[in-house]
Amino acid sequence: MGDLLRYRTDEAHEEPAVTLDGFLGQSNATAVRIEAGEDARALLPHLDRLALVEVSFPKFRDGRGYSTGRILREAGYTGELRAQGDVLVDQIPLMRRCGFDSFAPEAPVDEAVLAASLARYEYHYQAAADPAMPVWKRRHG
Amino acid sequence: MYKYDEYDHSIVASRVEEFRDQVQRRLAGQITEDQFKPLRLMNGLYLQLHAYMLRVAVPYGTLDSRQMHMLAHIARKYDRGYGHFTTRQNLQYNWIKLEDAPDILADLATVEMHAIQTSGNCIRNISSDQFAGAAADELTDPRPWAELLRQWSSFHPEFSYLPRKFKIAVIAAEEDRAAMRLHDIGLRIVERDGRLGAEVYVGGGMGRTPMIAPLIKDFVPFDDFVSYLEACLRVYNRYGRRDNMYKARIKILIHELGAEQYAAEVEEEFRAVKALGIDPPQAEFDRIAAHFAPPAYDARAADELDRSDPDFAVWLDQNVSAHKQPGYAVVTISLKPIGGIPGDASADQIDLMADLAERFSFDELRVTHAQNIVLPHVRKADLHTVWQQLRDAGLAEANLDLISDIIACPGLDYCSLANARSIPLAQKIATRFSDIGRQRELGELKLKISGCINACGHHHAGHIGILGVDRKGVENYQLLLGGSGAEDVSLGTITGPGFSEDGIVDAIERATDVYLRERDEGERFLDTYRRLGMAPFKEAIYG
Repeated sequence: MGDLLRYRTDEAHEEPAVTLDGFLGQSNATAVRIEAGEDARALLPHLDRLALVEVSFPKFRDGRGYSTGRILREAGYTGELRAQGDVLVDQIPLMRRCGFDSFAPEAPVDEAVLAASLARYEYHYQAAADPAMPVWKRRHG
Repeated sequence: MYKYDEYDHSIVASRVEEFRDQVQRRLAGQITEDQFKPLRLMNGLYLQLHAYMLRVAVPYGTLDSRQMHMLAHIARKYDRGYGHFTTRQNLQYNWIKLEDAPDILADLATVEMHAIQTSGNCIRNISSDQFAGAAADELTDPRPWAELLRQWSSFHPEFSYLPRKFKIAVIAAEEDRAAMRLHDIGLRIVERDGRLGAEVYVGGGMGRTPMIAPLIKDFVPFDDFVSYLEACLRVYNRYGRRDNMYKARIKILIHELGAEQYAAEVEEEFRAVKALGIDPPQAEFDRIAAHFAPPAYDARAADELDRSDPDFAVWLDQNVSAHKQPGYAVVTISLKPIGGIPGDASADQIDLMADLAERFSFDELRVTHAQNIVLPHVRKADLHTVWQQLRDAGLAEANLDLISDIIACPGLDYCSLANARSIPLAQKIATRFSDIGRQRELGELKLKISGCINACGHHHAGHIGILGVDRKGVENYQLLLGGSGAEDVSLGTITGPGFSEDGIVDAIERATDVYLRERDEGERFLDTYRRLGMAPFKEAIYG
C-alpha cells in the first residue's frame, strides 16, 4: 500500500467511505466510495453534505473513474476527490486534470518522478476540471 | 498547412522529455513491462515479432518536404533504410530499438512531428481526405476541423484510458476517400443556413465485428463541435464494455444500446458539457483555417496537356485526378509496384517524393489510407517532368484503384497478432494481374488483404477482400466480395470455404472472369456483384 498523497490544505477526512447504495440509503454519511461501473450522477443531489468521494480504479487500464471525477467537479463538488486502487505515477497528472486531489495508490509512488511529471507540461490543449487555461484561450484571451 | 506556435512546440517537447523519462525508468527496471506497455503504446511503440515498431503520426495525412525528408533520415539512421505507410495515413518503422525511441521523437519534434496517440486505448491520429484542399468536389477543406480535433484529443485527460482504441475521420466532400463511416466517429462537414457544421456518424469499424456507423446527429455547428464530441466520448468511456476487449469498441456499445438510445444519452451529456465553456471560439478556428489557405496558384497555368507519350498518358488517366484550380492536377504516387510490398518506400524514394513536393506541389504531400502518396497541387504543365522522375525511381506504377493497388496489412512477416502472411499474397496477386491493359480492362477494383480478423488490411471494405486465417497450422485465405469503404459503403460477404495461397489467386481470377462476362456498360466489378449477387460468382469460384 502506498502513502496517501493529498493536494489539499484541509485536514484529511477520517470517516470511512460507505458504498454508493449505503450512502443513498443513509442520510448522515459524509464519505462515499464509487466503484468503477457506478453512476456518479446519483450523488449530484447530495454534493453539499459530502466531504470525501473515493473513486475506485480496479485496474490502471480502467478509465471510467476519470469521467466520474470530472462529472462531480463539473457539478460543483468541492470536497476531497480521491483516486484509490491501481493508480500509477504516470496517470496522476491526468487525474489531477480530472479534478482528483488525493490519491491512495495500491503500490508506492516515486515522489520525485511524480513531482517531475506534474511539473512537466506547461500548457494543455483542452479545458478540463482543473484551473489550467486551455491553449486556445491563451491564444485568444 | 498547419505550423506550430510556441504552445504546440512546448507540448510536443514536453512529450519527448516525458517519454525519455518513461523509457529510462523501464530500462532501469523501475516499471514492469505490463505497466510500461500502455505508456509506450500511447506513443506508437509496439513490440512486434522481431523488434519494436514505431508508428509516427502524420496528422490527417498532410506533411511537407522537410517532414518527409526527416522520415527518410530516420529510416536510414535508426531503421533499415525504409518505412511503411499505413492505412491510418501514418508511417511506421519496423526495426526500432527501444533505447533509440526517445532520440527519434526528439528528431521528429524538430520538424513538428510526433508519435502521440498513434496506438493505445485513446483517440488516435485524426484521419481525413487525402485530396483535402485540392478536390474539385469538396465543400470546404476538412483539415482545420481535423487539426482542431488533433489539439482537443492530444493528452485528453479523461479519454486516455478508454475501453479500446478510438478512430476519428473528417471529410467534406460527397465522395468519401477516407472510409469515414468505418471509423468510431465519422464526420462529414456540411453547410446549413450558411453555417458549417458536422454530420456525426458513430460506431463504425472493421475488426472482427465490422459495422457501418449510423448517423447520430445530422448537424452539429462549429460552436458545439468540441462539446458534442466530448459528450460522445464520455458516454463511451462510462458505458463501453471493459469485460471483454473484443467487445470494447464503441460499435458494440451502439449495437447493444441502439443508435437512438446512444444518441439520447449523448444529447443529455451534451447539455451538461455545453455549459462548461470548453468550445474554442470562432477565432481559433479561423486561426487554424488560415494555415490551410489555398497556395499561390498561377492563374495563367495552362489547362492543356501533351498526351503524345503513351506511357505517360496511361499514368495520367489512372493516377491523376481533377483539381479545383484550373491548370492544376492531383497526382497519386502509387506505392504498389508489381511484386513490391504495398505501402513501403525506401529512404531514397521518400527523399525523392519530398523533393518533388517542394519543386512542384507547393511543398505539400499527403498519405492516403490506401497506402499511397499524393502530390496535391501540381501544375499540369509539370506533370510530364514529375512522371519522368517518378518513373526513374520506380514510383510511376499506373495502377491507382486497380486490382494491383492492394491494401495489405504487414501480416505474419511482421505482426505478432497475424495468422497468415499478407505481403507475399499481395505480391502474387499483383504479379498474376501485372498486365496493365488487363488491369485497366477490369477497371476500379479495390482489393484488400488482412492477415487476421483484426482487419487492419480493411478486407471487409474491399470490392474483393481477403482474410488470412490459421487452419490447423496452415495458412488459409477466405474470400469476400462486395465491400466498399467509399460513399457507397458496404461490408463484404464471404464466398464460402477458404483457399490455399495459390488457390485464392485462382479464385480471384475466376471472380474477375465472371465480371468481364456479365458486366453491363459502365459497371465496375462492385456494381456487377451488387446487381447479380453472390450466386454466379460462387458457382464460378467453386463450380
